Amino acid sequence: MDLLYMVLFAVVVLLGLLGGVTYAILFERKVIGWMQIRNGPNRHGPWGLFQTIADVLKLLMKEDIIPAAADRKIFVLAPILAFAPSFTVFAVLSWSDTLYAADLNIGVLYFLGVSSMTMLGVLMGGWSSNNKYSLLGSIRGVAQMVSYEIPLVLSVLGVVILSGTMNLRGIVQYQDDIGMWFIIPQFLGFVIYLISAIAELNRSPFDLPEAESELVSGYHTEYSGFRYAFFMLAEYTYAIAISAFATTLFLGGWLGPAFLPGIVWFILKMCIFMFIWFWLRATLPRARVDHLMQFGWKVLIPLALLNIVITAVIKVWMGW
Amino acid sequence: MSIKTETMTLNMGPQHPSTHGVFRLLVEVDGETITKAEPVMGYLHRGSEKLAENFLYTQFIPYTDRLDYLNAMTNNYVYCAAIEKLLEWEIPERADYLRVIVMELNRIASHLVWWGTYLLDIGALSPFLYAFRDRDICLDLLNEISGARMTFNYIRIGGVKWDAPEGWVDKVKEKVKELRENIAEYDTLVTGNEIFQARTIGVGKLTKEQVINWGISGPLARASGVNIDIRKEEPYSIYDRFDFNIPTREEGDVFARYKVRIAEMYESLKIIEQACEQIDEGEIIHKKGARIMMIKPPAGEAYTRAEASKGEIGVYAVSNGKNKPYRIKLRRPSFVNVSILQDLLIGENIQNLVAIFGSLDIVLGEVDA
Repeated sequence: MDLLYMVLFAVVVLLGLLGGVTYAILFERKVIGWMQIRNGPNRHGPWGLFQTIADVLKLLMKEDIIPAAADRKIFVLAPILAFAPSFTVFAVLSWSDTLYAADLNIGVLYFLGVSSMTMLGVLMGGWSSNNKYSLLGSIRGVAQMVSYEIPLVLSVLGVVILSGTMNLRGIVQYQDDIGMWFIIPQFLGFVIYLISAIAELNRSPFDLPEAESELVSGYHTEYSGFRYAFFMLAEYTYAIAISAFATTLFLGGWLGPAFLPGIVWFILKMCIFMFIWFWLRATLPRARVDHLMQFGWKVLIPLALLNIVITAVIKVWMGW
Repeated sequence: MSIKTETMTLNMGPQHPSTHGVFRLLVEVDGETITKAEPVMGYLHRGSEKLAENFLYTQFIPYTDRLDYLNAMTNNYVYCAAIEKLLEWEIPERADYLRVIVMELNRIASHLVWWGTYLLDIGALSPFLYAFRDRDICLDLLNEISGARMTFNYIRIGGVKWDAPEGWVDKVKEKVKELRENIAEYDTLVTGNEIFQARTIGVGKLTKEQVINWGISGPLARASGVNIDIRKEEPYSIYDRFDFNIPTREEGDVFARYKVRIAEMYESLKIIEQACEQIDEGEIIHKKGARIMMIKPPAGEAYTRAEASKGEIGVYAVSNGKNKPYRIKLRRPSFVNVSILQDLLIGENIQNLVAIFGSLDIVLGEVDA
């Protein structure tokens, strides 16, 4: 019975996620469209509501091309390996007080550990395509993701120290108890998280691995049709997961005035993060590889360490 | 113990989004650092110079449109001016004013395309759309007077093809104000951006000596402190009647080129405004110019040069007294400017390659002719 329930829940989350990704893409195109003095998609259905569906259908009907010189097995496996972890992390996320899949004690650790596996997909995709641009893209991607994984983890540690638990539900509960979202006592941590999350997601201004004007889309240059759709799906799923994680850690998860149910608050807060990603994409040029690395190692990591020290001192001093 | 590493040959182009056309760069990279760069061109070669020998004088004008198709008016002008020099014709004053107005409008449009696509190259999506919004203002005006948006074929030997439609000059005055406000917007959107400055300041430095030795001209030269602009140096048409400055900078890096081009747009707006004030009614073409078959320059040769948006464009025309040119030689600024690339790229990484290459502002139609 338990197993059945879990499978059912997984399917529901997957379907919800597919819908979420569909409309996240539309949302992105609309937001960027408005910022670029144009309308964005508006031909398919009212306000272009069916645009992404049409796009996905088109991708599904495309010919499935595997380059002759590609490493077939790895080439086929890469998009799946990119998508699976970004979806698996949803197991520990708690959508509302009652709606969740697993109440895991080490939720934070699980999330960070599993989500960092997506870079395997990037590396394999770039390597197996047998394309120089893809290779450069995936090398960049892995270097970037490894470097920014560290400040990301360190920035989350501040929250863990304050709340004294790694359970994601526990963290939200704790924020409820002290009557304050962690964005206030952990503002520095929040900013570091936001920046390193963008780098983790390979989104602008840190979209070096897929820089279309330099590397012609980087690691997924050779992918087309359904496999390409899978990479895109993985990217947006991961974006949603990172937003949901940030919501849980810093914005009090499902907490909010009672006139709306918890899940609505959760999704609204997530949308704020999504909007920030899109906003940055419409505004900023791309950073340079060496600047990116320097910024990560010389600025973000020391700051994140400082944040941990300060948080620990406060924790002991204030007796929180 | 040392690890054995190999360099990799990366073939950029002819189909690559940041080459803006069919340009090919053979780069040897060590990781992402460039150790050797070899530009390969000629994918768009149409033999324009040879074609010219088989056409009547007027028939070659549309071919000049297709050299630097972003700045077709100046190309039209410099060819026509060479033939006019051979013919020793007097150009009606109104035609000269119309020529200046359309050439400067076209220069702004060309710089706007550069601005937008350059930022697209270094990863900012939005500026492109803002640039094209404003470029459209210029193109609409040019469309109204010449009937085409890019390949105008408007300036003719002896004058211009069409007179300005009613109210056109007033409309230009109005749009100049709008453009000035819009271009000021660009500074707030891009110029102060930290990432943009980090990527452009100190990158792709060109020294004064390099500029002179390689014969580089246009905004590229002026950004390296070489104050040369044919409009001031050797005022052609009626440029000596206007009050404008030549923006120069000393740094010679990509950011300096950016600033020079933005400043140049303001100067062009100033010229257009003055021209719109001074323009008078009158003839628009020399009485013989309207008749194509009549153009038979006396035997001789002439060289004219003009300041296009990319640099110094020149036409050397030789006539043997027949109705077709004996020889036309084109000095194409993009072709000359791009030759520095092989020296400029050594030691840079792939990302800087795009930033430097884009800053040269070349048009492949002109590189290959």
